[in-house]
Parts: sequence; structure tokens; C-alpha cells
Amino acid sequence: MINIDDILETNRMITQNKLDVRTITMGISLRDCAHPNIKQFCQNIYDKITTSAEFLVKTGEELESEYGVPIINKRISVTPIAIVADSCKTDNYVPIAESMDKAAKEVGVNFIGGFSALVEKGFTNGDKILIQSIPQALATTDVVCSSVNLASTKAGINMDCVRQMGEVIKRTAELTREQQALGCAKLVTFANAPNDNPFMAGAFHGVSEAERVINVGVSGPGVVKHALEDLKGADFSEIAEAIKKTAFKITRVGQLVAREASKRLGVPFGIVDVSLAPTAEIGDSVARILEEMGLESCGAPGTTAALALLNDAVKKGGLMASSHVGGFSGAFIPVSEDEGMIAAVKEGSLSIEKLEAMTCVCSVGLDMIAVSGDVSAATISGIIADEAAIGVVNNKTTAVRIIPVPGKKVGDVVQFGGLLGYCPIVPIKNEWSSEAFIARGGRIPAPLRSLTN
Amino acid sequence: MKLVVTVVGKDRVGIIAAVTKILADNNVNILSINQNILDGFFNMILLAEASESKMPLVDLQKALKIQGEEIGVEIKTQHQDIFDVMHKI
Repeated sequence: MINIDDILETNRMITQNKLDVRTITMGISLRDCAHPNIKQFCQNIYDKITTSAEFLVKTGEELESEYGVPIINKRISVTPIAIVADSCKTDNYVPIAESMDKAAKEVGVNFIGGFSALVEKGFTNGDKILIQSIPQALATTDVVCSSVNLASTKAGINMDCVRQMGEVIKRTAELTREQQALGCAKLVTFANAPNDNPFMAGAFHGVSEAERVINVGVSGPGVVKHALEDLKGADFSEIAEAIKKTAFKITRVGQLVAREASKRLGVPFGIVDVSLAPTAEIGDSVARILEEMGLESCGAPGTTAALALLNDAVKKGGLMASSHVGGFSGAFIPVSEDEGMIAAVKEGSLSIEKLEAMTCVCSVGLDMIAVSGDVSAATISGIIADEAAIGVVNNKTTAVRIIPVPGKKVGDVVQFGGLLGYCPIVPIKNEWSSEAFIARGGRIPAPLRSLTN
Repeated sequence: MKLVVTVVGKDRVGIIAAVTKILADNNVNILSINQNILDGFFNMILLAEASESKMPLVDLQKALKIQGEEIGVEIKTQHQDIFDVMHKI
């Protein structure tokens, strides 16, 4: 018989600690949509997306109601467009993004990811056209997300792309300046991008994935923080155990939702992404977990160690709870989407340099960081290169989602709205130029995987 | 399919009657009830078997929610699986 305390605990997690399933993401292969005529290609992808995901939102809403757990987002990821559009006779992929936008709105999803290119080793013609099209595509659409994988442990870092992405990010910011450079919040550069990630802006349906797949991303920083509140003065072994147990429970909910969604939609289950994804609401913050461990403010010395423990324990707890774990799986540290991070930046305890160190031990990278609009393209490229180097050398995913907001300076606060939150302009204290370094281009070779000191 | 119905709110006459009437009218069988009053607040957790329910679960949830709003309590109805997966291996 079910235990009353268990019922109360689960419902407390949902109502007070903001436990939710962050996203059900349907991955859809567009490999059969290729066509030389771009109009026909756009029609093909519109038809494929709207047919494949027709019942995704309805099924998500039913599961949300039946289990009483919020499912915040229903999303779609597609095959990287640069691959499937390569045979189109065109020099502009903006109409493709517009078709994706229209299809996503038709089926009612929150975001569609996959306006992407995988160029860690080099560019095809399609990759070049896609990257050139990104600023306009993000300015003329609402729910399309774009990502570019520009580095991997096996291939090294494509520094031509690093240089170009600094300019693409600046251009995207300029074209969406009326919306606080919102386009840049939908654009991410990756090293070692996962093929099955359900989270935006970086979701795409990898080329080795099945025809369609259901991936689920869980969340629950508030639940983890609550578990630690009862452990004042406990040592780190106890802290790690408590996080593992909590992550197990959170992930089991994700696994249940993924299994049921897969069954009802007749689409194979892919993975559960065991992540702690914060929001800007109070009680839903990863930074506050780190502070609960004893740091006065996120960013204080010890923060990287605390995050390393958290990230590892979340994975260990989550792994046993799901039949397949994938995606990012770990703690996220998006500044504008985390109430505690926002406060730490305001207080001055958290800097971009400390965030970079933190990305060495957690699941993603420099994420949702608003910077002054006068930061140069070369500086942004330099930041991307550093972050890519961390990912490539440590054989992990890293990413950069940085937003140079035109007209804003340190001291200003930028509102993005919804889950994207708000962010004080984060100072880049090191103003020395990276111009000549970035101008070199070429490829940083793949790193040695032995003699690892 | 087993359901967990959680009812919380200010105590008054007829809360159990109102909830159980909807369940009975829809052929949902009650398996157990755990109920108490704390500081004038009504708390109840009810387990029920709904495999033979006349209504789909989503509609039954709506009917109970609306009833709860009418009598001033919060009624949450959930599939038991969410509790089982979280607390049992």
C-alpha cells in the first residue's frame, strides 16, 4: 500500500519546491525532406513537422494533468538544417527558419531547435549559408533556436568558425536590438554538442538518431536545496548522498513521463536528460544550492568544488533511475535564468571569469550572460575559443550563449521575459584585445588523449 | 488504474460527501481514506480504483477540481504511478 508520507513528500516537491518536468522534446529526422527547390523543401519540412508532432502538446498536457506534475515545455528538435538543406539551390536559409517557425506554431510547441550546423572540422556550402543566415533567421522568427558545433575532442577547434560566430552574435544582437538582443538568447555555440539534448537553445536531432524520438529533460533545484536544508553542518559525504537520493526521485518522474509520452505518441523513447535547470523564480535556483552548502554568495572561493560535487551527485543519482540517460545531464548555470546567480552578479561575487572556471565541472557552459553592447566581436570569439578549449581538452560538452545588448552598460538590467529571465549586465573586466589571435583562423588541432597531466 | 485524491482546505460540513459522490457517480471505488482536521483545516488523502471509471481521468480531475472550488477546498487528483516510481525501486 502506498505510504501517506510519500504522497505528501511528492506533492511538497511539486507545490513548494517547484519540481517539474522541464521539457518533452520530440526529435524529428528531416533527412527525407531534402529537395533542390527551396520552396518544395520548406513545404516538405512543414508537412513532416506538423504531421509528426500533431499530438505532442495535447499528450504533454494530458500527462501533466494525470500525474499532477507541471510539464513546462513541449518542444521539437530537428536534423541540423545545414545538412538537410545542403542540396537546396539557394544562398539564403531564412525561408527555412520561417517554415520551422510556422510549423512549430501550428503544433503549439514553445521552441523548435535545429537551425544548426556541425562544423568542428570544416564547412560545407550548406554550413556556410546557414551560419550567414542565422542573424536574419533569428530576427524574423519567434520560436526557432539555432546552434553551431564548432569544436570537438576528436577534431579540435574550428577557429574560422569561432571568428565568424563572434560576428554572427553581434549581428544577431543588432537585428534584435528592439527586444534586448533576444535573438542571441536563441543562439548557442558548442564544443562536443550532444545529439540527443532536449534543452534549448541547443537541441537538435543528431544524424545517428532514429526517425522520431522522445527525449525528456527534468529539473528540480528547489527540491535539492530543500534536501540540504535539513543537513546543516553535515559533512560532504552526507551532502552527496542526499543529492543522489533526490536526483533519483526527480529522474524517476522524468522516466515515467518519457515512457508514457513515448507509448501514447507511438514514438520510441530516447533519453532522460538528468539536469538541474533553474528558473529566475525564487526557490528554483542552482546558485542557492551551492550557497546552502556553506558559501556566503555564489562565486565565493569553493564554488567550483561545490558545483563539481553537485554535478557528479546529480548524475550518479539520476543514472539508476532511468533506462537511458543522455543529453547534458548535470547542473546548469544560466545566469539570467537563475535567481541566485542574478543576485550573485549584482552583489559582485560572481564574475564571468569565475563562471568560466565553473563550466569546467558542470554540464554546459557560459550560458545566458548579458554583456555590454560595446563588447567587440573578437572578444566574444575569444570567450568562445576559451570555452571550446575547456570542452575539447576535458572531453565534455561546453557552450557559450552570450548576449551583447546594444546600448546597455554595466549597471543596467536586461529583461528577457518568461523562462529566459533577466540579467544584470555582466562586466568583462579584462579589456585587453584578442583581435590578432582571433584573426588567425584555421584549426586548433585535436588534443592528445594520453600523458594526461 | 489507481488514483490518489488529496483534499486540503478550511473545514466545513460535507467535504467527504461532495468528493465521494463524484467518485461513486463515476463508478470509482474507494480503497482507503486517511483524514484529519488540524487547526480547523481539513486534510484528506483518498486512494481509489478507477479502472472502471465512466469518465476519462482528465475529465474526472476537472469535475473534482470544480467541486473543490465550489466548496472552498483544493482537490488534487493524480495517477498513483507518480508516487510509486518516485518512492519504490
